[in-house]
Amino acid sequence: MSATLQRRPLVKKILAGADDNLLVLGGLGSSNWDITNAGDRPLNMPLWGAMGGTVPMGLGLALAQPTKRVLVITGDADLMMVVSCLATVASQQPDNLAICVLDNEKFGETGNQASHTSPRNNGPTNSGSGADLALIAKGCGIADTATVREESDVPQLVKDLRTKKGPVFRLVKVMVEKLEFVMPPQDGAHLKDRFRQALLGRP
Amino acid sequence: MQQGVTDWRDQIFEVLQDHDIKQVYHVPDAGHSRLIEACQTSNSIRTIALTTEEEGIPLAAGAWLGGQRSVLLMQSSGVGNTINLMGLTKTLRFPFLTLITMRGEPGEFNSWQYPMGQGTPKVLEAMGVLVMSVDKVEDVKTTVDHAARSAFNGGQAVAVLLRQKMIGIKDFGKKTA
Repeated sequence: MSATLQRRPLVKKILAGADDNLLVLGGLGSSNWDITNAGDRPLNMPLWGAMGGTVPMGLGLALAQPTKRVLVITGDADLMMVVSCLATVASQQPDNLAICVLDNEKFGETGNQASHTSPRNNGPTNSGSGADLALIAKGCGIADTATVREESDVPQLVKDLRTKKGPVFRLVKVMVEKLEFVMPPQDGAHLKDRFRQALLGRP
Repeated sequence: MQQGVTDWRDQIFEVLQDHDIKQVYHVPDAGHSRLIEACQTSNSIRTIALTTEEEGIPLAAGAWLGGQRSVLLMQSSGVGNTINLMGLTKTLRFPFLTLITMRGEPGEFNSWQYPMGQGTPKVLEAMGVLVMSVDKVEDVKTTVDHAARSAFNGGQAVAVLLRQKMIGIKDFGKKTA
């Protein structure tokens, strides 16, 4: 079943009307460009590296700011790298944390090689393991998981990610596309300081 | 333990409270266990068991983004797991504190502990972490306090190595043949 959802308009819908109560982390690569394309803002923390670290960073932030909504948007391979962090999330049950994994079944930044979420037996150069991250999340103890493939499910997806009691985990199957880079500032200390200034009133 | 000197883990717990640490990350560790239990039963500290030490670095970054101080407790054998993400302390320039119980130092019975134990200070220094060390119970409180000041006031990434000379040599209660 090939994916039909396009990540850029999807992320725009997810982040529409973002206010000071919404703290957003974007994983390295495409997810970073996606959240930036939706509108760069101080309460976005777009990562340029730290692969495997996006979900744990979201957890630390969610626990520190229990009255704010924390939304992690990242790719399948970023999560897969330290996938056991989902068990750590489940152990803490942060009710303000939502995780949205944009799964294109490819390593997009390195030339679209098949990632582990690609189907098996798809030829010698294009086979993954058929890994199902929603199932893995459930297995790690996150009760509220779902997979989204259809445009008709997007309004509910947006609502769940923005408002439903967490931890919420949503796996969204998205198309493989060639998209332009939409880059936020790169300096990590600047990104951190502007985030803290907007959130806490001090860098 | 010397008479009149409080257990090193209790001393560290006091320092963590003095510095308003709100999140404590750990993996199971015999050396730290008494400290971990003190944190788990504290009302002011959130204690989080990790699946791998690697999680501790981005967790600490996230906590700092949200205005909270944290500490990562680990063994020297876990330090290698953190090294790539340890780079976050440089790129984001956020305060970071880790307390490391050492293995693989002179007296260690388990040969498998030597490579990472001996490599620990070198790889931390290679990643720009300020490495401090304590091998006497009477120095624990001051050293960890200074480390916390360097981290949270001075904005540094700091590791304190709790040397085997102080914490004791693990021998599983038996002599090797």
